Amino acid sequence: MENFFLEGTNKTPQLDFNSNEGRFLIAGRSIPENSIEFYKPLFEWLDNYVSQAKSNTILDVKLEYFNTSSSKCLVEIFRKLETLQQKNDNVLINWYYEEDDEDMQESGEDFQEIIDVKIVLNQMEEED
Amino acid sequence: MNLNDYYREMLEGEVIVSYKGAPSQPLFDGILSVADERLAVLEQKSKVRKKVYHIMIEALQNVYHHTQGEGVQKSESPETVLFVLSKNTTGYEISTGNYIPSSLVATLQAHIERINRSSADEIKQLYREQLHGGEVSVKGGAGLGIIDIARRSGEKLVYAFEDTGEDNSFFSLKVKVSA
Repeated sequence: MENFFLEGTNKTPQLDFNSNEGRFLIAGRSIPENSIEFYKPLFEWLDNYVSQAKSNTILDVKLEYFNTSSSKCLVEIFRKLETLQQKNDNVLINWYYEEDDEDMQESGEDFQEIIDVKIVLNQMEEED
Repeated sequence: MNLNDYYREMLEGEVIVSYKGAPSQPLFDGILSVADERLAVLEQKSKVRKKVYHIMIEALQNVYHHTQGEGVQKSESPETVLFVLSKNTTGYEISTGNYIPSSLVATLQAHIERINRSSADEIKQLYREQLHGGEVSVKGGAGLGIIDIARRSGEKLVYAFEDTGEDNSFFSLKVKVSA
């Protein structure tokens, strides 16, 4: 299957989903007014991926900002990875946050609480 | 109070960005980018800067969704929205004002009251429940936005509803972020 790639904008994240390597990235800002419309093609791509995935999948999430409607979509993405895990595939989510960004750290903890996939919180050095 | 009184009240403190007029998405994007630039200069603590910016995004999207919603009478005045970001001695204030259908007031008020009665930990749990159980809707996480705002702010939400005597009510919301 083909990879899924979308360049980031100041309101939407870069999406870089490599199906062969099972290596996924969501990075930047996710603050569109209509998140579901933005993420819908990715949901469909992921459904396809889940049905034919390799044994290892790693998702890196490096978001600077995301709005609450995007957080619902992230849940949806993570749930699809849960399905993958239920098929005995190895799944890992890396959640990155900047050093002093407690809100982003807490968001990672929120997802840890409600998603049944291993989510590792990674602190990054501050950029500015 | 009329709309101008609300606006005047919101303009207390050192105003960073303010707007009174018709809502539009490109305009809100503009407000966000101006605020982003100004905050980069004004606020040394990136933690505070991000918090303020994040709450602005959520607050503006709430306003936008309200104005996109059905039921608001599309006469000239109810199209008007207010937005102010200001700085005072204790921190920042993000204020919004917009019309909503009066039929939504009771639900929204109960939602805000529940949040205001909750401790920080309870708000966190409330957020997680909504994130966990809520459906993805086209409009976005309707209830989640205000919970998210309250959680990040850490302060009680200051709000008011004013019946316009027609089918709309004016909803004003003030969110504080201590710096």
